This record gives sequence, C-alpha cells and structure tokens, in this order.
Amino acid sequence: MDDLDQLEAQSIYILREAYRNLKPLAMLWSLGKDSNVMLWLARKAFLGRVPFPVMHVDTGKKFPEMYRFRDEYVRKWDLDLLLGDCPPVEEIDPTLPPAARSAARKTAGLAAMIEKYSLEGVIAGIRRDEQATRAKERVFSPRGSSHKWDVRNQPPEFWDQYATPHEEGVHIRVHPLLSWREIDIWRYIEREGIPLVDLYFSKNGLRYRSLGDQDITSPIESDAATVAEVIAELQTTRTSERAGRAMDHESEDAFERLRVAGYL
Amino acid sequence: MSNVPAATRQDAATPIVIVGHVDHGKSTLIGRLLHDTDNLPEGRVAQIVESSKKRGLKIEWSFLLDSLQIERDQGVTVDSTRIPFRLGDRQFVIVDAPGHRQFLRNMITGAADAEAAVLVVDAAEGAQEQTRRHAMLLRLIGIRHVIVLMNKVDLLEYDQTRIAETEHAVAALLKQLDIEVSLFVPASAREGDNIASRSPHMGWYQGPTLTEALALVPAPAGRADLPLRLPVQDVYRFDSKRVVVGRIERGRVKVGDSLVIGTHGTVARVASIESWHTAPQISAVAGQSVAITLEPDVIPDRGDLLHQPGESPVRAARIRSRLFWLRQEPLRVGESFRLRLGTAEHQVTVASIDSVVRLDDLTEHPSDHVPPEGFAEITLAASESILFDAFAPGTTDGRGVLVDRHQRIVGGAPLIGPAAIASGTKAIHPTGSTVSLWDRAQARGHRGGVFWMTGLPGAGKSTLARAAESHLFAQGIDVSVLDGDTLRAGLCADLGFSEEDRTENVRRAAAVARILAETGQVVLVALISPRIADRELARQIVGDGFQEIFVDADQAVCEARDPKGLYAAARAGRISGFTGIDAPYEAPATPDLRLATGQGSVQEVAGRLAAHVTGAVVLGDQSRQRS
Repeated sequence: MDDLDQLEAQSIYILREAYRNLKPLAMLWSLGKDSNVMLWLARKAFLGRVPFPVMHVDTGKKFPEMYRFRDEYVRKWDLDLLLGDCPPVEEIDPTLPPAARSAARKTAGLAAMIEKYSLEGVIAGIRRDEQATRAKERVFSPRGSSHKWDVRNQPPEFWDQYATPHEEGVHIRVHPLLSWREIDIWRYIEREGIPLVDLYFSKNGLRYRSLGDQDITSPIESDAATVAEVIAELQTTRTSERAGRAMDHESEDAFERLRVAGYL
Repeated sequence: MSNVPAATRQDAATPIVIVGHVDHGKSTLIGRLLHDTDNLPEGRVAQIVESSKKRGLKIEWSFLLDSLQIERDQGVTVDSTRIPFRLGDRQFVIVDAPGHRQFLRNMITGAADAEAAVLVVDAAEGAQEQTRRHAMLLRLIGIRHVIVLMNKVDLLEYDQTRIAETEHAVAALLKQLDIEVSLFVPASAREGDNIASRSPHMGWYQGPTLTEALALVPAPAGRADLPLRLPVQDVYRFDSKRVVVGRIERGRVKVGDSLVIGTHGTVARVASIESWHTAPQISAVAGQSVAITLEPDVIPDRGDLLHQPGESPVRAARIRSRLFWLRQEPLRVGESFRLRLGTAEHQVTVASIDSVVRLDDLTEHPSDHVPPEGFAEITLAASESILFDAFAPGTTDGRGVLVDRHQRIVGGAPLIGPAAIASGTKAIHPTGSTVSLWDRAQARGHRGGVFWMTGLPGAGKSTLARAAESHLFAQGIDVSVLDGDTLRAGLCADLGFSEEDRTENVRRAAAVARILAETGQVVLVALISPRIADRELARQIVGDGFQEIFVDADQAVCEARDPKGLYAAARAGRISGFTGIDAPYEAPATPDLRLATGQGSVQEVAGRLAAHVTGAVVLGDQSRQRS
C-alpha cells in the first residue's frame, strides 16, 4: 500500500464508523475539491452509494460555476441533497472583522440545519494542514448544544477509538480528511479521475487554489491548467493554501474565533 | 507547462512524536528543525517575529506551533498538533505533544500512532516528573524507537563530562522501563547544534545529528505476513447482497479462504471481495478497509474477529492489563466500564488493582486506587469470554480502551494476557447493563442523580428530603430517599459510630445510591456524613451526577429542636462521639446547593431543593422529541 492507499483506507474506516454510530448523519458538501474527494471516499466505503444526505449550506454567494457543478452531480451521483440558507450578515456578531463576519453566516446556517434535521453526526472535509487551529482537531469532534468547539477540553482520541455522543444536544463533527495534505488531495483526484469545478484551473494566468464565497476569495497567479500541472505547482510552492481567503488574515485570532463558535 | 511528471508512488509519512518535560525545549526544537531543514512555508518566519514582538519577546519559535491565542498568550501548548515535515525524499509528520501533566490525554491523542519518539531532556536538569511520565507512556503505547535529545548543552558549555552524567541517569531510567534507546544526541535547539547540522563545539561527539537520526528510523514493518485478524466493523445489505466490512489489522484475505467467525466459531468461506471504482480484487492485505461476502451467508456481529482456522487469538474472561488512567477521579476496584477493543465492546469490571507505578522512581507498589493520570496493572473481569491478542508494539493487537457509562474514554488498557481465576472474595464476575444511561434518561424524561444532603444532627435533612420527595414524585420524577436512620436499621445495622464505621456507612450508602441512580432514579441521601474525606469518597463512588447539598442550620437551633432527644443524651454523657458535641462536623466549603433551614418554612425550603433537583435532571424538550 502506498501513502494514498493508506489515507483512503483510513478515511473509509472513519466514514464507516460514522455511519454505524451516528444517526441521523449527513455530509457537508461545499462543492470544493476536498468535499468532492470526501464524497468519492464515501462511494468507495459504501460500494458506489452515499447512504446519507449531503448538505449544502448555501451562502448564496458561491460562484455560478459551483451551482452548475452541484446540480449536475446531484443527478449523476444520485445524491440526496439537503439545502440550507444562511442569515443575512446584519444578524452576525459585529465585532468580527468584515470577511470573518461574512464567513460566520455559514456557521449560523449550518447550526440551523443541524437543529432542523436533529443531526447527531456531520461529516466535514477539513484538513490539518490547511490552517493551524484545524491541526488541533479530533477526527470525531463533539460539539455541545451551542455548537461551540471547546479546544481546551477535547476528548482523548487514540487507537482508532472515537468519541460518541453522550449528552442531549451534542453532535459530532466527523473529519475523514484530517490527515490528508493538499497535495494528497490532488494526487488522489488525479489517480481516481474525480471531477472538479474548473475554477481550480488556470484561465488567463489566474486560478483559485481554495474556493469560498466570491467576495472573500481571491485567485492566485498560476499557469496550472490541468490536475498534473497543479500537482507540479504544489511541489514547489511555498505559499499557504488559504492565502486567498480573506478571513484568515484579518487578525491573529480571527479564524480561531470562527472555529470556536462552530465554523468548520 | 509540459512534461509534467505524473504523481509518483510514495510511502506513507512516518509519524514522530516529540515529548519531554515542560520548558525542556520541545517547541523550540520543532521550530528549529523546521527552519533549518527548509520546511517552513513562506511568510511564516515573519509572522512569528511579528507575534513575538507584539508580546515583547525576541523570537519565540514555539509560536510556530502554538496556533491558538490562549497558547501564545499563556506560553503553553494546549493540545497536540501535527506538522508535515520532509527530509530528503522521506515524509514525516511531527507530533508536538504538550508536556503539562493535566494534558496527558492530549499527549496520548498525538502520540499513540507514532513510529518513533524524540524525548527532549534538559541536559542540565536531567529527567523530571514529566520526563518519567512521558517515558512511561511511550512504553505503554508501544513506541519502539526512542531518540533522546540532550538539549541545552550550550548552557553546560558543551562539557562532555557533565552531559555524560545526565545521559547515564536518563539511560538508567529508560532501561527500567525496557525502553531501548536508539540514540542520545547532545544538542542545543536554540543555537542549532546537532539539529540539522553538526555542532562545531562538540568535537568529541561522532554520532548522528538529530536529522540523521530521524532518517535512520526504520519504516513501519509490514503486518501482511502475520496471522489474519479482521474485526467486523459493520454488515451492510445492499441490493440483495450481504456485505461484511472491516479493516484488516494484520495478515491477508483471499477469495476462497476459510474464516472462523468470532467467539461462536462458525466457519465460512470468502466468496468475494467487493469494491467500487477499483480493479477486481481477489486478495487484500493488512491496512486495507475491505468489504467481503461470505458463503454460506452467515451474519456476523460488529466486533466479531475473523481469523483463520488454527490461528486463534487468546480467549479469556479475566484479563490482566496495563493501564494509563485519564479520568480526573481515581479508579477503584469494582468500577465497571465498556472495554473497547478494535470494533468490539465488552462490559468489564475492575476485579483488582494489582500494582500502581510510583512516579518518583517508576517502581510498582500495591494500592487500592489508581490516581488521576496514573499508571497501573489491573485485572479486568468480563461477563463473557473475550477474544484478543496480547498488546504488541507495531501492531494494533490488544489495544484496549476503557469507556465509562457516559461514553467517555477514561483509560488506555494495553492487554497483557489471561489472568488466573481468583479464589474467594475476589472471584467476582459482575455483569453490566446493556441499557445505556442516556436511553433510560430519554425514556423517563430525566436523568438519574445523587443529591447528598449533609448537615448537623437535627438540621432537618430527613424532613426536607421527604418533603422534596413528595414534590418531585408529583412532577413525575422517579425519586427515592436514603436516610441515615433507615440505613442503620437494616443495611448498616452492624456499624457503630467510630470513624471507620462512619466511613463504611458512607461507602455503603454511596454504593446503593449509585446503583439506584444507574437505573435512572433520583436519590436524595440524608446522612450527617460529617467528614469532608467521607463525602469525597461518596463523590468518587457515585461519580458523575453527584451533588453535595449542605443543609445549613445553627447548632443552637438544632439543639433546641432536638427531635430525637439525642443532643440531650449527648450532653448528659449517655452517648459519645456525637457530631457537634464531642465529634467534629466539617462543613462543605463549596456545596452545589446550600439550604439555610432558618429561611422559610419546611415546604418552602423543600421546594427550593426540588427546583434545584429538577433543574439538574430534567431533559430539555428537544431531546425528548428525539427519543
């Protein structure tokens, strides 16, 4: 087994644990590269099916290409899609810096969906290497009734034994991609031929390395127009993946505050 | 772009955990290592310099890892973190585990799957408490390759003799734990000596630098050639096919193989290996998550261990185990847990605590409890036979984890082997309920709990308990009262009022209260329980859901009331050891609720107690709907 085989096997194990132990369960689908890989891994785990709903928490500000991609693959992959919307920005904590405040809409939208469907498990495609506070996450991360991430009081997690919900109102965020790196995602996309929205590929010398809302995501300079070229680019780049995400750079703790409040 | 190389096949990253006593320089080491090996992303150094400046520090390498605001402000690492790290062609993942004692569970989270460890020891200070604790843990989680980094040698002016002194002491310590040290590297993380480049100050040291030592760590050994262990994770029925899924922990599976299924021993043949979007498979090896169909179409349960005939694991109902204990309260004999072992779960009870490690010198001693974050050897008794392999580093064998009745992971239990059947009073085989506390709570609309009412004789504990019992019962709450006199009339009729007998009285009351609370009842215990230590014992026996209620009344008032004539008898010298007269009452400093009996009628005060109890046990509307 090479490294991708091992990552795949571990993610499948995690997804099967979640499906067995958390009911009801749903998977977040942000339409980005990571959540497409995650969806693909679910189809591997469940032999071509996705036996739980996928959720798109829609900020209404995604790129048009992303909405088209969503509608196409809901049909092709026979997905049970749950849609949820987000409150207007005026309802969000005004002390947050502007981009973080905009991103926090998604936290509120997600919380509403978790309530609505009484979800016990939510599968999300975050990775440790994306962002330093995500590096502190657990594979199964319990969230109290306020959905807050209590980083000082995380349960121990070792030997593939994961947290189970133990209290009313507690749900578990499941992170099957936690150990994957950006370049692993791309090498797996290449190996498996996983479809992606084409914003990831260079047009006129620009491409998106990470996709969020239109107004708080910016493209990078790049000529990489194919998956193989993206992989080659990543092997030499020294800038961080989320350099184009405005909310990460507004203040030292902006992203941490978002996450503690329940952001992904 | 053209001629782009295709992604080449790579080996999986080797996880390396870095541990050591607080302030011995772990974080500095990691910062230095990433910097000197050119593994830092662009802009990260500038960011660290800025964060350091903001806090009036020169350059704090640890900020590289301490990503959370609380960590940077308090200068401590709260939780373990993982950093990908490349050395030539080889990928590593560095796991930074916090050194603080109270963060042991975070350290385990980071360290448990590491292939090798770097134990950082301040060469001037030598091994400290956390050094010993971490070394012990490295042994219990089965890390085979340990590199000791003798840090801060610049402060010893690179003096070979003084460095060697510490080295001998640390070597002796680790030998006691059967940890074979791969290498001692004298180094200074702050100055960069012997980290990624050879120190110009230690001509006497000819061994590898830290990066050279890491490159020597062997890749994880394959487990494919060991006897098969495939624990059943789940069974799916898709279309008309029944599929058994799980991860192969060791060995290999081929279509056509005969497999023995779990403890019931049914044998079935592997009819097919199912997959999606891969080439058809006829065999699979350790590490793979597989889906198989069986012929005949038997239905195994989750947790059943599939193995080949003649290669059976150990089977025992009493198991000796090592233990690292993560709960904040001590462990005592008689406590029950779920033992998770791979995908299996078994109900077990701690039948004995065989020895506990003393952390000053890592020697083993008998004890009646395992302290928080302690290490021990224990015997677990299960209600049925368990199939298992003894713990073996480098495999997933025997990796037991103890889970309490609130589904929290409270300890790691590397299983040693079957225990001899005990004789006499220790031969207990308790059985546990399969109905969870949460299921019970949802059925009743409230949780169980123990409300321990302490106070002077005559303070009104029993009266209040009985009045509150009526209130609560009227609200549909399953409630009972255990009061001192009732207990002493029956269960505790053999006990007097000596200090030992009072402790035993408390122990029995707490044990009964716990049993009742576990069935979902609310228990009001009305017991003088004058000593803080005894009430603490009760809290430990009951565990979660214990609340201390202080029934606070002036002694003069109690004595004036004297409903049972006991104060008068004590004053007259007809009874001795009477609390408040010639035996002390230690009032609780921070009770969960204080009931001043002077304020309001019995009904009013009992109403306050009842309201407090309902607030603590009744479930919200949402969770009742979900049941």
